[in-house]
Amino acid sequence: MEAIQTAALKPRDYASDQEVKWCPGCGDYAVHSAVQKAFADLALKKDQVAIISGIGCSSRFPYYMDTYGFHTIHGRAAAVATGVKLANPSLSVWVMTGDGDALAIGGNHFIHAQRRNIDMNMVLFNNEIYGLTKGQHSPTTAKGKVLKSSPLGTIENTFSVGELCLGAGGQFYARVPDTDVKLMAQVMTEAYRHKGFAMIEVLQNCVIFNDKTHAQITGKESRALNQLVLEHGKPMIFGANSEKGIRLNGLELEVITLGQGGMGINDVLVHDATNKSNILHTMLVQMRLPEFPVALGVIRRAQSSVFDQDFLAQSEAQKSNTPFKGLNDLFHSGNTFQIN
Amino acid sequence: MPTRESPPSWPSDNPNGPIVNSFTKLENHPPEQDLALTANVKGRVNKQVNSVVVKFAGDSGDGMQLAGSLFTETTAIKGNAIATFPDFPSEIRAPQGTVAGVSGYQIHFGASGVHSPGDAPDVLVAMNPAALKANLQQLKPACTILCDKDSFAKRDWEKAGFDSNPLEGDLLADYQVVPAPITTLTKGAVAGLGLDNKAADRCKNAFTLGMVFWLFSEPLDQSIKFFRQKFKKTPEIGEANVLAIKAGYNYALTMEVIKATYTVLPASKAPGVYRNITGNQATAWGFLAAAAKVGKDLFLGSYPITPATDIMQELAKHKWAGAKVFQAEDEIAGITSAIGAAFAGNVAITTTSGPGMALKTEAIGLAVMAELPLVIVNVQRGGPSTGLPTKTEQSDLLQAIWGRNGESPLVVLSASTPSDCFDWAFEATRIAVEHMTPVVLLTESYIANGAEPWKVKTLEQMPEIQAGQLPPTDGSWKPYDRDCHSLARKWVPAGSPGLQHRIGGLEKDQFSGCVSHNPNNHEAMVAIRRDKVDRVADRLPDQKVKGKNASKLLVVGWGGQFGILFGAVSELQQEGYDIAITHFNYIHPLPKNTASIFARFQKILVCELNNGQLAKYLRATFPQFNFQQYNKVQGQPFKVSELKNAFVQQLQEA
Ligand code: SF4
Repeated sequence: MEAIQTAALKPRDYASDQEVKWCPGCGDYAVHSAVQKAFADLALKKDQVAIISGIGCSSRFPYYMDTYGFHTIHGRAAAVATGVKLANPSLSVWVMTGDGDALAIGGNHFIHAQRRNIDMNMVLFNNEIYGLTKGQHSPTTAKGKVLKSSPLGTIENTFSVGELCLGAGGQFYARVPDTDVKLMAQVMTEAYRHKGFAMIEVLQNCVIFNDKTHAQITGKESRALNQLVLEHGKPMIFGANSEKGIRLNGLELEVITLGQGGMGINDVLVHDATNKSNILHTMLVQMRLPEFPVALGVIRRAQSSVFDQDFLAQSEAQKSNTPFKGLNDLFHSGNTFQIN
Repeated sequence: MPTRESPPSWPSDNPNGPIVNSFTKLENHPPEQDLALTANVKGRVNKQVNSVVVKFAGDSGDGMQLAGSLFTETTAIKGNAIATFPDFPSEIRAPQGTVAGVSGYQIHFGASGVHSPGDAPDVLVAMNPAALKANLQQLKPACTILCDKDSFAKRDWEKAGFDSNPLEGDLLADYQVVPAPITTLTKGAVAGLGLDNKAADRCKNAFTLGMVFWLFSEPLDQSIKFFRQKFKKTPEIGEANVLAIKAGYNYALTMEVIKATYTVLPASKAPGVYRNITGNQATAWGFLAAAAKVGKDLFLGSYPITPATDIMQELAKHKWAGAKVFQAEDEIAGITSAIGAAFAGNVAITTTSGPGMALKTEAIGLAVMAELPLVIVNVQRGGPSTGLPTKTEQSDLLQAIWGRNGESPLVVLSASTPSDCFDWAFEATRIAVEHMTPVVLLTESYIANGAEPWKVKTLEQMPEIQAGQLPPTDGSWKPYDRDCHSLARKWVPAGSPGLQHRIGGLEKDQFSGCVSHNPNNHEAMVAIRRDKVDRVADRLPDQKVKGKNASKLLVVGWGGQFGILFGAVSELQQEGYDIAITHFNYIHPLPKNTASIFARFQKILVCELNNGQLAKYLRATFPQFNFQQYNKVQGQPFKVSELKNAFVQQLQEA
């Protein structure tokens, strides 16, 4: 892999010399750490990485990394990144975006990036709010929330990032909380290794405008029961003592307690992230509190045709088939005529 | 870096440049003569003419565009100068038999005087009453009208809005009407092949084309070759077309109602290899040539839109040549993917038309701010909004120059003729890459779809394009360091070893390249971006004038109306009028000698297909001059006759 280098860099070697300007306590800091850790774990060459962002708090990310970086315009990062990848397919391309950037103004590019399955990684910082414009509702803001642009409470239904991703043909979807740098870094490593579009939703806390929006999932007391961290090939168990599991009852998922009602570990579903069918992945994505824990980790990681590879393959195939030796040949092809 | 001696499209002074073939040696030709009449053996009259205008008109499903382009090809191969004007409704199959659904293809060809597709046809092919009705207002006296008698039933002429059968009254008394039972004869000609009714009917255009070929003593071989090639997979259809075209030719030969045939003298063109080319094809090829000169792959991010789509479709055929064509999910992704590709080191372009241009606006601003090379092609059509998708207009000029938020300067160029789109696409790329700026290239439906013979160029004939060297990797380079002459920053593609850096849409410190909101720095950066674009003019050739000794009236034009304007002025010059023309291809910045040209004339008349956009821009730039306007906003190109009238009037008032 061209993007991997030999001389080991430490995580902090990937940070740029710019002062990081997110609010103190913002979840973005943890994502920044996780990205640096993942890059160091993968031993990526700094000059073989391009980080592309749109607009929003999270989109300042490229300035804080010592890689190639492009801070573009609102919503368009995925489209810019597509051009970057097609122009130089050997680059490791990362899109840093937020819920407003990716799902509202950039919704069109979001779904088409999933559909095309181009080989790049998107980290979506989902804080369920517009931070940079100071607190308006986004497509993921909980219904009923009172905000400056919804003083009577929002009446909007929400997008689920995971459902949208899978519904649009996404082949890789992971969900991670900003409280778990290790899990974030691990998921990012998997995303890098995955051939195709890899979508990572980070449940990110905005301390200023939407504090504790993910607290039920990430809180110290509740997290054992409210998080199901999935691992490919492992049973879906959770709880402080791994006493809970998920089983398929008919066409529905169900939480069971091991050792109760005749239920044992053999009743628990084993996670298959690579299943081509996304039905079960979608059901896992849809698990919501309080009936279910929230599924985290890599929920889907399936193989499919990869856009940039097919794009290159067509060019290569045509190069070996073309009747033209060069452009001069093309210009003189077909119906030309000589005037003397 | 090389400096061009002369702007690419100026015909008279630039023998190596993109010569507009129809103007070659224009000065050497005598003024257009009256028709020389010679009787031929059959008692018919054979007219020798310098040039002639033919128009094919029918339902949009009648194959008139194909008939027109096949006729064009044959006359071009013979060495005629040519200008064409395809004119069609925006619906793919507009209501049959109605005037709104008429599709037309006009060709002007000949030895000299071919500056435009011609104001009005000498020969009109009308496949139905609607086609006749649509063209009735603009026929030359004694025009020959070939029509399909079979499609002039009561129902047909009523649908077209006639009160009676136009072939029967004296409505057409001034014309040479040739009513032929084309439908019946075509079916008869292909009867032996056992085609169904519909397939047989589709050969009507071939039959008609055969008649027209006979009228001009033109050979059929080229078209026969075409039909056999095109229908390789369905040879019976190919054969049917061949039979039909031959039958049409033979029918015309034996039909006494045709009173005159024409012999069109060939043009005296510069020797060389030629081919017919449309503006969109030439644009696509110009970009291929430019990318090859830069030595990088070409990336096109685009979204289908009339009348620009052909550029994308042409380039999509040439992946072998390193063309990366990405059909994006929308106009915005079209340009933003191109911006990403520029960041990663491809020669990046995006193609669109007016409405798409509006959608790309914010992203163009990003390219201005990030100072990346990018060419944005706007094949203009009638606006605003969806406007007239298939019709021509020049009303996006001010949008191109000024239509962005902030102080957002960029380079604006325009092409003049179908074939010189090649050179202007090339020149746009050169400027974008050498000056690290977005460039808007304006073409228009009229030249994008129009075709003319192009003297084929080779890569060796094209100037070099300098993408510059990569900076040192010792940490001394900053992303917004600049060339002290051009003020261009360096193009350092993402992935270049040891040169990782960050750019973006936020204002940057002029020295460190880091984000900066410093008030004085912002003002300095605004000035730098302006000066960088202004300095493009330092290396541009002088603006030219045709009419060295004239001082009374200067005609000013831009873009694709060049041929028509040039033709009108040339004719008046030959008639002895004190008139000159200057035509702009470099629009922003303007060539440095522009003011000195204006200063020479008593009157300046700016002619454009809009409400006066170049005129407004010139007034803002040169408040010391008085600019008069001649405008037309009908979705149609200028006519030579209307221009001549307007110019003469101006001269008389002067
Ligand atoms: S506003 Fe919220 S999301 Fe933005 S930097 Fe501050 S805490 Fe983070």
